[in-house]
Amino acid sequence: MKHLKFTINILFLVVLASCRKDPKPLPSEISRLEPEPTSAVKGFYLVNEGNMNMNKASLDYMDLVNGIYTRNLYNQVNPEVTKGLGDVGNDIGRYGSKLYVVVNVSNKVEVLNVKTGKKIGQINITNCRYITFNNGKAYISAYLGKVGDPKAPNGIVAEIDTATLSINRTVEVGRQPEEMAIIGSKLYVTNSGGYSPPDYEHTLSVIDLPSFNEIKRIEVAINLHRVKADRYGDLYVTSRGDYYSIPSKLFVIDTQTDQIKKVFNIAAGNLVIDDDYAYIYSTEWNYVVGKNKISYNMINVKDETIMDRKFITDGTEKDIKIPYGIAVNPTSKDVYVTDAKDYVTPGKLHCYSSEGRLKWSVTTGDIPAHIAFIN
Amino acid sequence: MTQKHSAYAGTMLFFLCSTILWTGFLWPLNTWAQTDSTKKATQLKEVQIREYRLTEQSKSPTPLQILSSEDLKRINSLSVADAIRYFSGVQLKDYGGIGGLKTVNVRSLGTNHTAVFLDGVQVGNAQNGQVDLGKFSLSNLDEIALYSGQKPELLIPAKGYASASSIYLKTKAPDFEENQRKQVELTLKSGSFGLINPSLIYRYKVSENLSASINTEYIHADGKYKFRYTNGVFDTTAVRNNGDVERFRLQALLFGKFKNGKWHAQAYSFLSDRGLPGAIVSNRFDFTQRIWDRDFFIQGSMEKKLSDRFSILINGKYGYVYQRYLDPDYVTTTGFLDNRFKEQEAYLSFSGKYKINSVWEAAYAADYSYQTLDANIYRFPYPNRNTFLNVLGSSLTLKKLTIQANVLSTTVIDQVKLYSSAGNKQVFSPTVMLSWKFLNNQDIRIRAFYKDIFRMPTFNDLYYTFIGNTLLNPEYTKQYDVGITYFKNFNDKRIKFIDFQTDVYYNRIIDKIVAQPGANLYRWIMYNIGLVNIHGLEINAKTAFEPCNALVVNIALNYTYQKAVDVTSKQEETYRDQIPYIPKNSGSFLARIDYHNWHANYGFIYTGFRYNQKANNIYNYMEPWYTHDAAIGYEFKLKNGSININGEVNNLLNQYYDLIPNFPMPGRNYRLTLNYKL
Repeated sequence: MKHLKFTINILFLVVLASCRKDPKPLPSEISRLEPEPTSAVKGFYLVNEGNMNMNKASLDYMDLVNGIYTRNLYNQVNPEVTKGLGDVGNDIGRYGSKLYVVVNVSNKVEVLNVKTGKKIGQINITNCRYITFNNGKAYISAYLGKVGDPKAPNGIVAEIDTATLSINRTVEVGRQPEEMAIIGSKLYVTNSGGYSPPDYEHTLSVIDLPSFNEIKRIEVAINLHRVKADRYGDLYVTSRGDYYSIPSKLFVIDTQTDQIKKVFNIAAGNLVIDDDYAYIYSTEWNYVVGKNKISYNMINVKDETIMDRKFITDGTEKDIKIPYGIAVNPTSKDVYVTDAKDYVTPGKLHCYSSEGRLKWSVTTGDIPAHIAFIN
Repeated sequence: MTQKHSAYAGTMLFFLCSTILWTGFLWPLNTWAQTDSTKKATQLKEVQIREYRLTEQSKSPTPLQILSSEDLKRINSLSVADAIRYFSGVQLKDYGGIGGLKTVNVRSLGTNHTAVFLDGVQVGNAQNGQVDLGKFSLSNLDEIALYSGQKPELLIPAKGYASASSIYLKTKAPDFEENQRKQVELTLKSGSFGLINPSLIYRYKVSENLSASINTEYIHADGKYKFRYTNGVFDTTAVRNNGDVERFRLQALLFGKFKNGKWHAQAYSFLSDRGLPGAIVSNRFDFTQRIWDRDFFIQGSMEKKLSDRFSILINGKYGYVYQRYLDPDYVTTTGFLDNRFKEQEAYLSFSGKYKINSVWEAAYAADYSYQTLDANIYRFPYPNRNTFLNVLGSSLTLKKLTIQANVLSTTVIDQVKLYSSAGNKQVFSPTVMLSWKFLNNQDIRIRAFYKDIFRMPTFNDLYYTFIGNTLLNPEYTKQYDVGITYFKNFNDKRIKFIDFQTDVYYNRIIDKIVAQPGANLYRWIMYNIGLVNIHGLEINAKTAFEPCNALVVNIALNYTYQKAVDVTSKQEETYRDQIPYIPKNSGSFLARIDYHNWHANYGFIYTGFRYNQKANNIYNYMEPWYTHDAAIGYEFKLKNGSININGEVNNLLNQYYDLIPNFPMPGRNYRLTLNYKL
């Protein structure tokens, strides 16, 4: 009899374990790290891109002051949003009290309260890529200007009123535009043309912000991606090359003359400019060994030279499989580098001190990529 | 607009074909009705066939699972993919809907390790190595058999030895009653998703030694169904869009007999036009991508006994597969992304078996295939592949013990018109299997097999622009299996038979081909880096009984346990995590009830929780799913022929689930089938 009861209990447990649970919002997870009570920068948000079709874009928050890293904050704060943040987070930006997350495949820009992460609004833009801000406006690049027109391959930049969160104006640029930078009253956007290899774009579109017209295109190189402005009126522009015979390179454009000022023969995957330094990582495919060659460099943007100094000095860069995002703390000068690993496992975020020593590492969501600081 | 036009054209084509067939066939039809005696004879034959199949399953040294034509007719299925879910050890990858891609993964080895054979000849796909089982209709199939390991026979083509597991689809051969010259079967299925599915089978006996069969089928569905996603706070129900399907299939076969031999030949064409429903992600539920398929092949087979000791089998095939993919969201300088792929295959196989003495047989088989792929994509190398397979096999059949062993030699020569090719490869792969009846008076057998085999990298793995890596090696699998089978037939008892099979296995995948990031998001590259260990247990049990007169109940139960862990690197946090999409526990239950002219059946499928990416964490967790399918039907005789009406409900409890995340499966749905046989 006892045996029977036991068996029934076990059976009951098995049946229970094999059933579906009540649906619940995906929980957040917390990791504790070294607090920095004196930090001037309160913390930062990090967008994990998530793999395409997986709907796994996620938002993490690092509280630097208290040393608390929160994974998957968005679903916890905004459980009512259908299917959450969405598919492939592509950029993040903070402007005033609002946080903007560009979600590429979900065709939307999520607008959140920067303090709480609570959703305030949403801007729908098909195939949106990057965001930048100026003078009360947000500018968003998008791959597709017109939907469903085979004769309209060009992309756009959309101007958003950050108060009303509505699209003011749009301007057509080159094909598959990527990052943007603003110097004075001009916005510069890289055109890639990545949808039509080998017919890549090779220009930077220049948009006059007051009139919101494309006034010219600057010839740089094929398949442009990143563009960052330094404080001397120069733009640092990366070309992805064609992934075969034309290598990836980094160009410096003088916006006074709109001419290429200098070429660095480094495969700059991503860069960030802080004060006089550009922090760069590059990932170059080597055909002979069938592997990536990864390197980390610094450029002094004042005299435009590659520095001897490295931002990782303790040898720990060997633990990074695929560097995928980079940011520099504007006050402490700590460097944050994300590792996307094999793209299908949770990534890592590493923090290096200004002397280049690993301070801490933490597990992120899938494909950690874009960072926005909060002060 | 273009889409509507082609749908209309397809409908017209079907009705035109049907009209021609019907007027041609029905006109001179002889009256023939099924009498009670013929019915009895049919029943007796069915019993014999069943016994034969079950004996075969229980004697097989490699695990064999069979769904017979009676099973296929009865279970709620539209395609081979639906039916195959009832096998143990099988995971179906299904993107949902009628047109969605459906591929099968046997014993966690991966889709590319399962070969699909139609009437003895492999249905290949050199491009991605995956055969869409949703394309194959059940309407004219006699049987689906799944062999883990390989088919334990000697007179088979070399390709039959060349994959980790094999699915054999067998087309119904004409089986005429005495004085019968023609058979006609007309079926109309209709139901949820706007399904209209007429099919026609016509079989004709030309002479004692030659018969012909034509079957044709048309499917039209709007593919709309409700799906629901909820996290307990948001709760969204929407309708799947862009799932419309239009398909037309025509298969013509000839079956011939000659002295000490037989042959068959067939032509097969499959046309399809469908929408491609995308991943349901936040803020994006509607899609516009489309796919067109044009498949055509001819194949033939001839088997002859040259002497008492020597038999030969010859197979041949020519196949042409065309696919067009249109993506209006992807605008290039030349308009929408519009990819076209053309694959061609020529295949010739020779097998011979020689009986050395009453217990010992030896066999040799040689296959040659030539495959080419053309595509209108950037930097496409236009590859072609020559594959030579040579097998030496031998078997020993003693009273209690059967042993079969073979070694397969594979030579692959790849050539490309542009850029670099993967070069040549030569691999030898052994297989050993045995079945031992260790008790004198009981039908209990122990079986075991070891198989070492590999899959070649596909054309996509090697050559696809930006992704392909020509340095790839083959992906190897090693399988070890031990099992017990029991079969007992009880004549004239309440219990008709009991069939029981159980196997434990250990598989290892070495040099698993995995996509890894290259220099950037646009450049994923295929590498040989994975290492997977799989431990599994399968249990299959079947029985039939007659609790009271004329009431016959058939029951089948399957259970599978699989622990498939990633052991690629101890440094990884995912070390020893269960690999994606493989549940630890899964199973199915199938019941068939027959009572006079009534028949009913019930199917239950359970798939336990699994993860959709490498890391076994909560963000990758997928809930278990289980569906109940039920059907009831009635068959009645007419003056000429018989009519069968069948009503089905699938996913009775309306459970919403995904097999692939964000590709929702349909909730409760219905189908009505009208079948007229003459």
